[in-house]
Amino acid sequence: MTAGFGRMLRKEDQRFVRGMGTYVDDVHLPGMLYGAVLRSPHPHARIASIDTVAAEAHPKVKAVITGETLAGRDLAWMPTLAGDRQAVLATDKVRFQGQEVAFVVAEDHYAARDALELIDVEYEPLPAVADARRALDADAPVVRDDLDLTGNHIFDWESGDAERTDRVFRDAEVTVSQDMLYPRVHPAPLETCGIVADFSKVSGKLTVWATTQAPHAHRTLYSLVVGLPEHKIRVISPDIGGGFGNKVPIYPGYLCAIAGSMITGRPVKWVEDRSENLMSTCFARDFHMRGELAASRDGTIRAVRVTVLADHGAFNGAAQPTKYPAGFFGVFTGSYDLEAAHCKVTAVYTNKAPGGVAYSCSFRITEAVYLVERMVDVLAFELNIDPAELRMRNLLRPEQFPYTCQTGWTYDSGDYPRTLRLAMDMAGYEDLRKEQATERARGHLTGIGVSFFTEAVGAGPRKHMDILGIGMADGVELRVHPTGTAVLRISVQTQGQGHETTFAQIVAEELGLSPDDVEVVHGDTDQTPFGLGTYGSRSTPVSGAATAIVARKVRERARIVAAAMLEVDPEDLEWEGGRWSVKGDPDSGRTVAEIAWAAHSNLELPDGIEGQLDATCVYNPPNLTYPFGAYICVVDVDPGTGKVDVRRFIAVDDCGVRINPMIVEGQVHGGLADGIGMALMESIAFDADGNCLVGSFMDYLLPTSLECPSWELGATVTPSPHHPIGAKGVGESATVGSPPAVVNAVIDALRPYGVRHADMPLTPAQVWRAIQGRPFRTDLAIS
Amino acid sequence: MTMRVAVTVNGTEYARDVEPRLLLIHFIRDELGLTGSHWGCDTSNCGSCVVWLDATPVKACTVLAAMADGRSVRTVEDLEQDGCLDPVQQGFIECHGLQCGFCTPGMMMTARWLLDRNPDPAEAEIREVLSGLLCRCTGYENIVRSVRWAAEHAADHRGERQ
Repeated sequence: MTAGFGRMLRKEDQRFVRGMGTYVDDVHLPGMLYGAVLRSPHPHARIASIDTVAAEAHPKVKAVITGETLAGRDLAWMPTLAGDRQAVLATDKVRFQGQEVAFVVAEDHYAARDALELIDVEYEPLPAVADARRALDADAPVVRDDLDLTGNHIFDWESGDAERTDRVFRDAEVTVSQDMLYPRVHPAPLETCGIVADFSKVSGKLTVWATTQAPHAHRTLYSLVVGLPEHKIRVISPDIGGGFGNKVPIYPGYLCAIAGSMITGRPVKWVEDRSENLMSTCFARDFHMRGELAASRDGTIRAVRVTVLADHGAFNGAAQPTKYPAGFFGVFTGSYDLEAAHCKVTAVYTNKAPGGVAYSCSFRITEAVYLVERMVDVLAFELNIDPAELRMRNLLRPEQFPYTCQTGWTYDSGDYPRTLRLAMDMAGYEDLRKEQATERARGHLTGIGVSFFTEAVGAGPRKHMDILGIGMADGVELRVHPTGTAVLRISVQTQGQGHETTFAQIVAEELGLSPDDVEVVHGDTDQTPFGLGTYGSRSTPVSGAATAIVARKVRERARIVAAAMLEVDPEDLEWEGGRWSVKGDPDSGRTVAEIAWAAHSNLELPDGIEGQLDATCVYNPPNLTYPFGAYICVVDVDPGTGKVDVRRFIAVDDCGVRINPMIVEGQVHGGLADGIGMALMESIAFDADGNCLVGSFMDYLLPTSLECPSWELGATVTPSPHHPIGAKGVGESATVGSPPAVVNAVIDALRPYGVRHADMPLTPAQVWRAIQGRPFRTDLAIS
Repeated sequence: MTMRVAVTVNGTEYARDVEPRLLLIHFIRDELGLTGSHWGCDTSNCGSCVVWLDATPVKACTVLAAMADGRSVRTVEDLEQDGCLDPVQQGFIECHGLQCGFCTPGMMMTARWLLDRNPDPAEAEIREVLSGLLCRCTGYENIVRSVRWAAEHAADHRGERQ
């Protein structure tokens, strides 16, 4: 069998359906101890004292670690991926509720938890700032006095041409403006974050099993932070129970477990509980945005202007390429042909958990797409133009690609009108509008929401994109065994995306092998080449490209060997049907399996070929890939209760060439559910004192099978011109593109009430309030 | 303080001295080493920990091991019989009903319970029964299809087993 691309059942499912996956919490080592973290009940407080005597006296406790213990090892603070520092265990004061204060290592999990109760911490509570809009006030409490700061300002970042944009706005026939919040949400993978750390005092080697999307980046960071030489650190990322960006950063608990193992000489497991996951690990968004559009009266969009207040929490722990402090928010120009664009992002510290870049956000393109797609609907509202029609008038045209937008991003390929038209046809858009008019006349609230998104994924060109100075290029290794089966070693890390299947399919496609004969090795830094991991939909754009290229290298080596086998010049061979054969003589063909045997044999090979077909490759992408899509959502709203039912959701995605359409569709399904969650129910809210109101899935609501409709998917295929197989990333497309479709649909349903905007999440209470003309701020407790 | 708990798990009887507060999910995972069932939330919301207690699916993160004393538990490890996958397992493979695999054991144990009671459930009933479980990867669509696949292929698989 030489099947390459196409629908193929997943290899990894065989172990998962039998309950035989190996997640971090499934790792059990002899003599293993268990850790638990003591967390701050206060959003902001000075630590007067920590008394650990009673905890240490607990018969099952092996170690109690505080910030003071860590300071002795220069481990009390760690660098963040945004160039800030974060407390591992608080030494001076606590800066958000749930911050790590002490770590107990005990013989079992229950005892470790018991011992937390025995630690006596004396706090001196301080006033907290929980509202980002108050963070820059002169009298606001200063969060980061450890940096000798006198205020909470982190950075200002601008993109685009302010002067040119202002000029367009000044002479525009129509301008619209809208404040909107993208609430603080959380990726909340079903598997929380955790680690098993095993330090050998004899060999000096540290082995960690960790929930990480980026094992190699973690190894480098551990080396820099812990001070161990990098070759003495092995990071194993076994099966990962979902990541969505939550498992990119290093968390204090990981370093505590490592310190615990170094102190006790025994392996230490730490797995956070759900409250810890929601309250302390990498949140997403928390962008307070003002969008403005300038347009002509006929609906031609001319310019977009945005100001953002970004709440980064107590430490700037946003994970993104160094030169992009606001991530890729710069693509806020969306899918439209504009004359000018400008944005300014101001980031602030608050007494809230650190983070900001996570939850399948493609480095904040989620926020950018929400902003522009909401603004287009606001303009449609003002001009009384159908929102699909308004988009169709302004979308980039196919002949404009490659297209460099007003903020300097070069979109690689696209046929946007075709994709929107397909979505409208699938939805029966015109008929839906007629039905809506009829329903409205009967007092029923039906809404139709449209969004069109362009993503920028596959970071990145290493010249422009790095994490802590390490360029974002990925390595791969491909070995072909004598009998013609192969092993591919990759640096990216699946969290459910199915790499073991799709990467085997790429090799199979390029070499004429069966995907079953290609084993994909990943998730172990001792066994795989360096690379920066899986996030920002970068696996297929970067490592997928590397895989195609390394397979082609093997194919070219195979050509030379085949030429020796057939005693012809390599130039006389052609690759046809998965075999090298003499041009015009298909019967002479040799498969890669046959050639691999010969390459290992005593066949005399030309100079420069030592034998074997193995190859390596490091891929530095020349550009990002730009997947896009058109989404249409249909909702019914109960005017009495404000409850929203998503009746239909039509999603047409163009992610270039699809390696495995089944897996692509699965990725899209998951992202669409994310969109319903964020638009309708998910929010991490705080009260005015900084108390986190969301400590479990009782409060942080996720969509279930009842809130999700049966998704209606379509596809167009516009290959990426620079990717070796024409593929683009897709893992985050639907998470990015769907929230504005849902919100636009709900606001459209509320048209009879004159509602122009209401912030997510559009809970029944928020919708009901919007109907009353007074939607509230969803990031703060209702007072 | 410990107490003796005797539980039949997947047909095998186990007796362990455990703390009275030990949760069933930890008993299954840590005492017995059956790690197919997962822990995900502590509040009975996610359903990653669903196992059968006697013949009823329960969320094992909110059941004490002591409550299972003298009773029988069935976990995901028991779905495959004599080397033959349960139609539910095969359905999840055929219809791409899983991605990261973390929620999958709970989903499959719940689906098997449903199919034992109604061999031909409509989509709405499947969604209702699965609504107490969370999945962050699939958007549920392919899980529903997987259960339907299992319903439609029940006969083939029963034949294979005999």
